Amino acid sequence: MEQEAKYPTEKLKCWQKAKDIRMKFYQDYVEAHDKGGLRWAGGAWTFDAIPAGLGDDVYPITSEPYSATIAFDKKLSLECMEATEVKGYPRDLCSYMRNYWGSIITDKFAFGYKDGEFVPRFQGAKPIGFPKPDFIWQDHICCSHAKWYQVVSDLEGGIPMYTVDNAVGPSHELTDSKIKYVVEQLKDGIKFLEKTTKRDYDDELLYKAIRNHFVSTSKWAEACALNKAIPAPLDEKSIYSLYVLGTLQKAGKQVADFYEKDLLPEVQDRVKRGIAAVPNESFRVMSDTQPPWSFLSIFRYLEKFGCVSIGSLYTFGLIGQWEVKKDGTWGAKTIPNMEFSSRDQALYEYVKYELHKPEWQHFYSCHFKSDLMIRIAKEWKLSGVMLHYNRGCEGLTVGIAENRLALLDAGFPVMAFEGNNADEREFDEARTKAKINAFMETLGAK
Amino acid sequence: MGYFCTYVPEEILYAAGVLPVRILGSHEPQDLTEPHIFAMFCPFCRDCLAQGLKNRYKYLDGLMIAQSCLHIRQAYTSWIKHRPVEFSKFLCMPHKVQSPHAYEFLTEEYKTFKNEVEDWMGKKITDKDLKNAIEVYNENRRLMRKLYELRKRDIPPITGEQVMEVVMAMQMTDKAEHNKMLKDLLKKLENHTPDRETGSRLMILGSEDDDTVFMNMVESCGATFVIDDHCTGSRYFWNEVENGKDLLSSIASRYIDRIPCPTKDWEERKRIPHILKLCKDWNVDGAIIMQQKFCDPHELEFVSIKKALEDAGVPTLFLEFDVTVPIGQFKIRVEAFLEMIGEEDLF
Ligand code: SF4
Ligand code: SF4
Repeated sequence: MEQEAKYPTEKLKCWQKAKDIRMKFYQDYVEAHDKGGLRWAGGAWTFDAIPAGLGDDVYPITSEPYSATIAFDKKLSLECMEATEVKGYPRDLCSYMRNYWGSIITDKFAFGYKDGEFVPRFQGAKPIGFPKPDFIWQDHICCSHAKWYQVVSDLEGGIPMYTVDNAVGPSHELTDSKIKYVVEQLKDGIKFLEKTTKRDYDDELLYKAIRNHFVSTSKWAEACALNKAIPAPLDEKSIYSLYVLGTLQKAGKQVADFYEKDLLPEVQDRVKRGIAAVPNESFRVMSDTQPPWSFLSIFRYLEKFGCVSIGSLYTFGLIGQWEVKKDGTWGAKTIPNMEFSSRDQALYEYVKYELHKPEWQHFYSCHFKSDLMIRIAKEWKLSGVMLHYNRGCEGLTVGIAENRLALLDAGFPVMAFEGNNADEREFDEARTKAKINAFMETLGAK
Repeated sequence: MGYFCTYVPEEILYAAGVLPVRILGSHEPQDLTEPHIFAMFCPFCRDCLAQGLKNRYKYLDGLMIAQSCLHIRQAYTSWIKHRPVEFSKFLCMPHKVQSPHAYEFLTEEYKTFKNEVEDWMGKKITDKDLKNAIEVYNENRRLMRKLYELRKRDIPPITGEQVMEVVMAMQMTDKAEHNKMLKDLLKKLENHTPDRETGSRLMILGSEDDDTVFMNMVESCGATFVIDDHCTGSRYFWNEVENGKDLLSSIASRYIDRIPCPTKDWEERKRIPHILKLCKDWNVDGAIIMQQKFCDPHELEFVSIKKALEDAGVPTLFLEFDVTVPIGQFKIRVEAFLEMIGEEDLF
């Protein structure tokens, strides 16, 4: 089944830089207090431009990517899961959340130092405990979001916590009142931050962070849109290592700059020169929801069949912001072209923009997600779809069975496989590979 | 109008001359929903959808849901796609009910909803209609509170199973009719002494629960459920609509200030003190925490509730429910639990 190369391929040049940004993010969080700074915890979707107004020395840790890092470290993940179970929490709860709680309960952080260098624990770092955040800054659209941090706060003996409800309805039904509800919560949140940290809030820093947010989310989408090209310049396994930066700190300058100045030009160049991520690309599929993190090898397995996974609504729209362009196709959302003149106005624009997030739409109806998936399947010229029925994430798996039916109705072959993004006990690699074999055969791969 | 969650502002529907009917399951094993809802979602939402797919609610003209948990949302979205109805609505009930801004937001959502219902029904909902609906609903709530008050007695005149039937009827029938029947019932119960031992006084709390078979089993083992915290129980009717700025905002306040479902109980856990107070006021000997399998909202809550109850000296028994419950197995566990409570009483 090994196939001949049809296209030239090259490693991504910006790869190392992406890795460095990620490591620095965790190191900054760990070392924040040493430099007199602050650290906070919240989800990947939280409005992270807001705490940025507290100063340049305020460092976050976002829960989902951190928990995915733990998942990648099978031994640590199992310890975390078991510690959480001992506390009485059921195994079917969000597996990211269980990893995260377990890391606090066992007081084992997924990173540490080895010969003075900051590295992941599984690379032999000397163990350090979970650095306690100074405050929690979360958002809530999935049933688990606010509850996740309620438990974190309990486990840590009470950490001041603020959560913003952003579940105000689908983007095509946005109204002034919906936007204002979120804006008013953010304004209260700023008061909470000032009170909790005893710092004055700097609106100029807020404006800068919001602009970074616009750039990160739009430029990421632009890079993903380039994957419509044949051959695809990026494959999903690489995309995972790139989109993660947006999940760490989408309002961070380092992330905005990376997407705009490193990644995007490089992907544009790859398209221009016909550089493929998978040199034997013959079939194109997409996936859905988080992958089983400790089994990313299934994506390499696809390549044996000449199959490239070009991404997913998940990787495109978890952080990326999109819009329908004049020609009817899906492309990066236009960055609002305006000066910010007041906190109220900046927050209003920030919220209005963010509430269009594609990965927030299915929380209101799985049919919105089906439409978006069918759009991707058509515009990215797919041969089929691989749906991860992910037992570890109810938030992104909600409605997935209906998505399957809709994709089939639209004429796209679908392979559904069960697994878990972060609890490897629930993923059967051999069975999944057997399914892939059968699916590839359906698509016509030899 | 079929509705999926008790956050639906029934008063607005009632005012429009629409009868709200809660969608519940049938507790029969089925595999109809397998292509529509992934098996890791709660059995209740699958059971509800099965009723739709089986056309058991064919008499409905409309279907709606108020934003609550993700699981039940799937029953709604699948249903309206595969068994379309004339009127459907996803009402954006805010999650952060502890935010002062939730009131205004929800009132605005209600204004839109009211207009949509008016368009559908082809007539205006007047203030008089709304006032009447609020009064009928509030009276219903007051009568139910009276019924629950009777359960404080040393010998409660009504069992938990019977009360569950009353609440389910309440969620399906015209409240004005229900009020009439409730008044009769209250009169009958006033001087009624049941021909059964009360036994241990229990509370039941947790996920959606309309399993009368289970209630009956427990109550035949030497116990009586005297209080609950369920959306098919006290959480549904505990709070009344109070007079506010205007009618819609008064209704909105009622749904924001009601005893919360766990999906909305943050940042502070306000439900716990309420549950503890119920235990105290109804003089509870023990609590059964029931949990629908895969029900994340309640799974995220029961560890802290269990701890709070036990810290307050209320023993707990945790049971996981599916569409059907293994009644024999549960009976053994319930009996052991009741025995343990009995022993505690002895010393
Ligand atoms: S279930 Fe999924 S969407 Fe919800 S908190 Fe967990 S990872 Fe996030
Ligand atoms: S709250 Fe629990 S029982 Fe109720 S629908 Fe949601 S998941 Fe199911």
